Amino acid sequence: MLNYLWGGMVLLGCMAAFWQGKPELIVKAALEGAKLAVDTAFGLVSIITFWLGIMRIMEESGIVEKLSKAMAPLIRLLFPEIPPGHPAEGAILLNLSANILGLGNAATPFGLKAMEELACLNPQKDTASRAMCTFLALNTSAITLLPVTIIGLRQKFGSLNPADIVIPTFLATLIGFTVALIADYFFKKSRW
Amino acid sequence: MIIKLGNWLLPLILFFVIFYGMLKKVEVYESFLEGAKDGFNTAIRTIPYLVGMVVAINIFFESGALKVLASGLNPLLNKLGIPAEVLPHALLRPLSGGAALGVAAKLMEQYGPDSLIGRMVSTMQGSSDTTFYVLALYFGSVGIKKFSYAPYVGLIADFTTFLASVFVVKAFFGT
Repeated sequence: MLNYLWGGMVLLGCMAAFWQGKPELIVKAALEGAKLAVDTAFGLVSIITFWLGIMRIMEESGIVEKLSKAMAPLIRLLFPEIPPGHPAEGAILLNLSANILGLGNAATPFGLKAMEELACLNPQKDTASRAMCTFLALNTSAITLLPVTIIGLRQKFGSLNPADIVIPTFLATLIGFTVALIADYFFKKSRW
Repeated sequence: MIIKLGNWLLPLILFFVIFYGMLKKVEVYESFLEGAKDGFNTAIRTIPYLVGMVVAINIFFESGALKVLASGLNPLLNKLGIPAEVLPHALLRPLSGGAALGVAAKLMEQYGPDSLIGRMVSTMQGSSDTTFYVLALYFGSVGIKKFSYAPYVGLIADFTTFLASVFVVKAFFGT
């Protein structure tokens, strides 16, 4: 799937540029993309380092354990593969909480930590496990309570009520989230 | 009010975590260092995966192929009662958060943030995620090359959220 999608994007892009007689667009776009990706990764160094440090304090003070215990039934239901008490639970919950609160920049480090813990449970090292797929389904479609960035942008453009899209956004994410969970369930059942 | 709440949230969480840690006699500074030491490697490990994904997305977008795809889909949108203006945003959103935000800003400037299109694109931006970036980043950080069914679920969710955004905004603000 990914091979076709990736190859398809590159080939269609090349064809579009050739059609317009502007082949030089391609190399420029590729190198700009590569630079953007490396900048993004380096930008993540500071964020990840900071939040993983804070997360360790949360773990040692017992906050993560309390959160995991409180949400254990939900984790058991969504991630039957994770043994009870495994550190993956806490990282998943912190990631989802940060996502729902709109704290994207704290969510990423917790999410990467969760992937690391899930990787320890994964027998096939180069292939996504079911738990990883479920986690990413939750992660990319998470319910949004506070879309802070877009509210700020609406204010900048002179909206009379920049926050009036909060409830529609919540409803749209609720619908998307429900569908993602159902889709994940069926893919899992079909023994993908 | 909500923006203010957003500003307060992180500092308060940080305060609470350190305060509670000290209350529980955790050696907060040493714990911090212990947790933080893997940050660099985690971020750097993702580079090849992110470069691969972003390069393909950038070629697809900058070459104009995305625009061709969007114009091909317009007749279908008209039938469903979805304004064609919001389609580029919907196609871009799973691929690139920054580019999608740029499109949202342009549409709000052109139509006004309180127009139906302005509200639709706001809701679309707020409700969905940069699915392919997240997949590349998260799987890349642990060296996973085969994504199993994750891209399908991601795309199904993005498509659903797009339709839901359009029709919820219509129901709330439409005439």
